[in-house]
Amino acid sequence: MKKTLFDKVWDAHVVKEIENGPQILYIDKHLIHEVTSPQAFSELEQREIPVFRPNQIVATADHNTPTVDQHLPVKDELSRNQLAQLSKNCEKNNITLYGLGHKYNGIVHVMAPELGITQPGMTMVCGDSHTSTHGAFGTIAFGIGTSQVAQVFASQCLLLQKPKSLRVNVNGTLKAGVLPKDVILYVISKLGTNAGTGYFCEYAGNVFEEMSMEGRMTVCNMSIEMGARGGMIAPDQTTFDYIQGKEFAPKGEEFDKKVAYWKTLPTDQGAVFDKEYHFDAADIEPMVTYGTNPGMGIKISETIPVQDSASFEKSLNYMNFEKGQSLLDQKVNYVFIGSCTNSRIEDFRVAASYIKGKQKADNVTAWFVPGSQQVAQQIVDEGLNEIFEDAGFKLRQPGCSACLAMNDDKIPEGEYCVSTSNRNFEGRQGQGARTILASPLVAAATAIEGKIIDITKQLN
Amino acid sequence: MDKFTKLTSAAIPLPIENIDTDQIIPARFLKATSRDGFGENLFRDWRFHKDGSANTDFVLNNPTYKGSILVAGDNFGCGSSREHAAWAIHDYGIKVVVSSFFADIFKGNALNNGVLPVQVTPEFLQSLLQTIEKNPETQIEVDLKAQKITEINSGNSASFEINSYKKTCLMNGYDDIDFLISNKSEIEAFEAARVLI
Repeated sequence: MKKTLFDKVWDAHVVKEIENGPQILYIDKHLIHEVTSPQAFSELEQREIPVFRPNQIVATADHNTPTVDQHLPVKDELSRNQLAQLSKNCEKNNITLYGLGHKYNGIVHVMAPELGITQPGMTMVCGDSHTSTHGAFGTIAFGIGTSQVAQVFASQCLLLQKPKSLRVNVNGTLKAGVLPKDVILYVISKLGTNAGTGYFCEYAGNVFEEMSMEGRMTVCNMSIEMGARGGMIAPDQTTFDYIQGKEFAPKGEEFDKKVAYWKTLPTDQGAVFDKEYHFDAADIEPMVTYGTNPGMGIKISETIPVQDSASFEKSLNYMNFEKGQSLLDQKVNYVFIGSCTNSRIEDFRVAASYIKGKQKADNVTAWFVPGSQQVAQQIVDEGLNEIFEDAGFKLRQPGCSACLAMNDDKIPEGEYCVSTSNRNFEGRQGQGARTILASPLVAAATAIEGKIIDITKQLN
Repeated sequence: MDKFTKLTSAAIPLPIENIDTDQIIPARFLKATSRDGFGENLFRDWRFHKDGSANTDFVLNNPTYKGSILVAGDNFGCGSSREHAAWAIHDYGIKVVVSSFFADIFKGNALNNGVLPVQVTPEFLQSLLQTIEKNPETQIEVDLKAQKITEINSGNSASFEINSYKKTCLMNGYDDIDFLISNKSEIEAFEAARVLI
């Protein structure tokens, strides 16, 4: 029987099948952070259940950490408590923690891949829906709730129904200025926010084959925004080259053995998916969102569609946009480059290439937040920080930051923010804040111009 | 976990599509380290103005609508995996959420907390919403054993799907941890037999 990439990885992890019920799926790596783990630890403690495989768990502090003055005690008491709780729980249970200030600290979905923790053919979970990011390596990776975090603590397994399969194919040549973020925002705008619910998605086609690992992570990251629990891309030479030499990657002969196995993982020719979509790369342009879910996106040159539904109108009302309106020339006072979607070195290279020799617009407050300590260091090493500083920008310290505004990085009420993050939900970046999702290139251009411009006009 | 078998209650209508977990419980309320007390911030930014006063236009502040069944628009619970959303709903006293579609992670989180997600057709959802809006006292019966939701007065009913394993868990108040631990020897055997990864 012809198997998909997903089938191969899933089937290799089934411990047991329950008759007329779910399967017991083995989890190779469990990533945790301060927000969705404390209740799982206390549940185990109350029930006197030990953590089963502590060496398969890696923890980081990212969601509510400040992005300035990380060497000082965290000001917010609740955040400080939650971080202290994580340290205590990790210490008690012998779990590796890359806490604030550690050289490996960073957003969980940036830190694990860059350390070589994420590898093809694995199953990975985390109490965070953007765990789908790791699928870029040909990994089954998905977000779980806190009860499931406790289940993995207790048994290194989960009880799951095998999801259905979906493949999104994008072939052809991308236009200048179209980045991986635009590809995924385009796909979601076409398929909607629930097309993937109940499915695991594979991205295939030359567009993904030619993407860097950073780009593939951006794409897989947003799988959940079309409802899919996870997204995957077949591992290939790009994947192997990225992993080789990373801190926790297999070394020497062990690496070669792994690569030989990883090469068997791609979907067999002729394997059948439950649902399949095809897109032409040439149709994609830089994208922006205009509404309050990631499916409400348009090409930057297009106008907001005219639709009559109470939910659509509620959304436009929140954004203070009109049906049929263009977003070009929209004044924007806030720009955020960061989040597990776009805070890797490549994203800052793209931003720097646009910003070099230009000046930040006076009306703009911009937050450039690297995804990890390693990315921050690389920004300095590559001289990108000088470019940012010369243009009037200041780099902040790593964390989730204004993506979900759990820390002090909140966009004020009523303000627009062009953001490289993944969600434009009401209040996501602060109460009353209005988020416009875009690529790092569009975000950089907005920070320089102080308004949304058609970036393609400058590139052509 | 609470057991769930059958419930008869009035319902609260919330006919908005794509209600994401950031609306159900905004991120700034996720800093607690226990599961309790999230109900007071359920739908916080729709329920209260920024100054903390109640938004009287929002259905939870409308005394006309009461009950432990929430009837919501399509694709309920999309977005973040935060189980705090299910905790907030449960803590507020909602036992059943009815919608024409649920996001995956939310559905699992709800079931793990004794909250039953009932998925019905868009047509049934519309008729249910209209009935509740016309007569807020309308009693709705949700019978898990029979997998059936019924408007008591009209007798209008629909069946709903639920995984048989999860149904057993919910009806008996079991959770997955005990079941997984009871399979520990098989899990260890699986680990021992693995060659790669």
